Amino acid sequence: MTYLAKPKLHHPRLPKNALGHTRRDYEGAVSTLCAGCGHDSISAAIVQACFELDLPPHRIAKLSGIGCSSKTPTYFLGNSHGFNSVHGRMPSVLTGANLANRELVYMGVSGDGDSASIGLGQFAHSIRRAVNMVYVVMNNGVYGLTKGQFSATADKGSKSKRGAVNTDAAIDLVGMALQLGASFVARSFSGDKAQLVPLIKAAILHRGAALIDVISPCVAFNNHEGSTKSFDYVRAHNEAVNRLDFMVERTPIAVDYAPGTAREVVQHDGSTLRLRKLHDDYDPGNRIAAMTFLQERAAAGEIVTGLLYVDPQAGDLHESLNTVDQPLNALGDAELVPGAAALEGINASLR
Amino acid sequence: MNPTDIGNPDYFHKVVDCQWACPSHTPVPEYIRLIAAGRYTDSYLVNWRSNVFPGVLGRTCDRPCEPACRRGRVEKEAVAICRLKRVAADFKDDVRARLPTAPKQKNGKRVACIGAGPASLTVARDLMPHGYRVVVYDQDPFAGGMIRTQIPRFRLPESVIDEEIGYVLDMGVETRFGTRIDSLKGILAEGYDAVFVGCGAPRGKDLEIPGRREAAARIHIGIDWLASVSFGHVSSIGKRVIVLGGGNTAMDCCRTARRLGGEDVKVIVRSGFEEMKASPWEKEDAIAEDIPILNYLVPKSISHHDGRLTGVWFEQVRAEYDAKSRRQLVPTGEPDRHFECDDVLVAIGQENAFPWIERDLGIEFDRWGLPVLDATTLQSIHPRVFFGGDAAFGPKNIIWAVAHGHEAAISIDRLCHGEDVRERPAPMVNLVSQKMGIHEWSYDNEISAEKRYRVHHAEKRVALKDVKLEVELGFDRKQAYLEAQRCLNCDVQTVFNAKLCIECDACVDICPMDCINFTRNGAEEDLRQRLIAPAVNLAQDLYVSGALKTGRVMAKDEDVCLHCGLCAERCPTGAWDMQKFRIDMTHAGPACRSRERSRALTTS
Repeated sequence: MTYLAKPKLHHPRLPKNALGHTRRDYEGAVSTLCAGCGHDSISAAIVQACFELDLPPHRIAKLSGIGCSSKTPTYFLGNSHGFNSVHGRMPSVLTGANLANRELVYMGVSGDGDSASIGLGQFAHSIRRAVNMVYVVMNNGVYGLTKGQFSATADKGSKSKRGAVNTDAAIDLVGMALQLGASFVARSFSGDKAQLVPLIKAAILHRGAALIDVISPCVAFNNHEGSTKSFDYVRAHNEAVNRLDFMVERTPIAVDYAPGTAREVVQHDGSTLRLRKLHDDYDPGNRIAAMTFLQERAAAGEIVTGLLYVDPQAGDLHESLNTVDQPLNALGDAELVPGAAALEGINASLR
Repeated sequence: MNPTDIGNPDYFHKVVDCQWACPSHTPVPEYIRLIAAGRYTDSYLVNWRSNVFPGVLGRTCDRPCEPACRRGRVEKEAVAICRLKRVAADFKDDVRARLPTAPKQKNGKRVACIGAGPASLTVARDLMPHGYRVVVYDQDPFAGGMIRTQIPRFRLPESVIDEEIGYVLDMGVETRFGTRIDSLKGILAEGYDAVFVGCGAPRGKDLEIPGRREAAARIHIGIDWLASVSFGHVSSIGKRVIVLGGGNTAMDCCRTARRLGGEDVKVIVRSGFEEMKASPWEKEDAIAEDIPILNYLVPKSISHHDGRLTGVWFEQVRAEYDAKSRRQLVPTGEPDRHFECDDVLVAIGQENAFPWIERDLGIEFDRWGLPVLDATTLQSIHPRVFFGGDAAFGPKNIIWAVAHGHEAAISIDRLCHGEDVRERPAPMVNLVSQKMGIHEWSYDNEISAEKRYRVHHAEKRVALKDVKLEVELGFDRKQAYLEAQRCLNCDVQTVFNAKLCIECDACVDICPMDCINFTRNGAEEDLRQRLIAPAVNLAQDLYVSGALKTGRVMAKDEDVCLHCGLCAERCPTGAWDMQKFRIDMTHAGPACRSRERSRALTTS
């Protein structure tokens, strides 16, 4: 936490993207989270990803609920649309916004409390409806704003800062998302931007519900021995299944890889994800195998990270609802008031 | 890379670019903070300790600090360091009670200083408080040397010179002014323990071209003419004046000529405008006084009629560079150009001249006529004779003369105490945390967005009428405060403690300049390229930690760090801290003597 705003001065050779913006143009107000909070690193990763994708800031909407995590949209994308909703209700508001204007990039930002406790139902339904969004969970396993009680994602047997042992089973949002049919599921770590930034970029370009569960140590209440979400623990138990090395939009990749070491995934818009395998027998295209693998590794005490599952050709809510192609605010009177004859036709079809 | 050794005083000293660039290592950020705090007297004394003539230098310094200033690398212009120094001098209270005095009990050592310029006066100031008897000789009736004779009064009022020279002479320096020294042998025969030669580079170069002799009456050597104006022997000049030469002396000549009746004054230089030796701001000031600067014109002959100067012929040239990028001026082949004039001022350089030093004393001279010296100790081949200022390595400037004075005084002090002159004293170094609270530092860490302030000038109409009227008005207190706040406080260092770091990336994310990196170690060239913002300024160091828990290292590019302290504010473990680095160069006195230093260390 800092009282001073980040100085406007920047590195004299700070690169610009295709829109002429620097990375700094994607930042927001200065963070008021605790010094060292993992969430600030995730904010920085989102800034970097949007900068690298040349996204026009005014075409992004960021929505959040309540909690430390849900404060962060103030600290990134200061020139984008934002909506700070009620506790746990971000998915509903996001779904509504997405239905009204399908042309924006939707970034849902939530935490383990917001998504795994009060908002668990909202989380589940937005995923199973395949809302086209990036759903980022900043997962620290504690309620930081109320001084560090266990949250629903805290592992059974892990210890609080005061030594209390968690006796409840943990909710695994990644496992739930896979089971509920999310078409893009990833897990990452706030302390590893090299892994996180490409994942966010891929999730933004993905059509359908994309969940990124980011383990984000709470330096104030959950970074001690006995915690399973501390910097040290995550670094010691991190099992990355793959590295998303390249994200090249609509251009073939000319780099030679030994057969079987890299896998290319072409998404619906033609963008190509290139995954460098770190794990011989991991296949991010196989949902059931992924679920099994995650269960096995979790039982062995490992935290599996990387792009865990992707269905590159997935559809989304607009497709299943057969909505109009244009955003609602772009429809004119002719489309909105089709006339008595059209109404008669609809009524007739219901008889 | 190996972890950076911040225990080496040079490491953090280099980060304070201005102080490192200053020949006498003035603690610039320290005195600028004192100005911002309104503590002008304290600021003046910080200056006075290092550079002896803050009021003079605040108006006339060549400012090696300003091109070095980090602010100039993060935005358009450097902090106006030089003019802030003048602020301290302008607004200070009476400092006399706080200056050192000479003890009544002398140490029995006698030192002669030849020439009463800045180098000699620095030697006197450094030695007097330690009981030396210092005798200063000068051919002029007043002390000051080139400060008094060559710098025009409209840039440097006499009162400022008198005041600051007075601080030195009033310590009880013996003066032999108005006497020309004809023999160093004679001086040495007087039994001095050491002789310091600080007689400057007193001979202005002349121009050997046809017509020079015939029209001699209206052709003047720049520095001699400036001295004559200074002492009131000359008070007018013709309406049309040509100044030959492109250095600061040429700028002083042309601006003085404008004030003595010159209406059509031109500066004509051989080189291109950009390569001129004059400081950019002095060129600007001359141009602002309606003095055109014409370049690539080499004087060929003087035109005259009936023994009267009528003008100067010039050959037109262009610059060509050979394979070793040495410049040559090649004639363009275009017809020569003629400029009419009533007077010519020749300011094409200065030379050293030591006709009064006998060649059989054991002092050797090189082929440029300069004494053979040890570059650090300034000792000549004759162990009791030292040189400094322009007399040592040819014409430089006041701040170099002061720096030489300090070094020579150390050499003399050690010589007089039977110690090896070549062994030099270490500086006094101190590094202290500036943390006052969670978000509170003992310095203003908010980065000011102000652009560099311009010093107001007297109205041209009035200024050009009076050669003694100071042109620059100096900053007022408010401007001084705002300009002072532009300083980045580079002496408040980012100090990293690898043992405390948990690699949370908070500092990387908050750093506005992308200085901080956590990455795998490598050779310096490799590491420099791999940083978030590649470190291409090789003059600036990388600050590298030992291995962290993940095996990576912290690597910080010092180049454009704002010293805003946000890394330290964001650090959850205090691995980053902002610590003020103070480095005081050791001057002559007990602290520069090895035996007394080691005694002090063993008893403390």
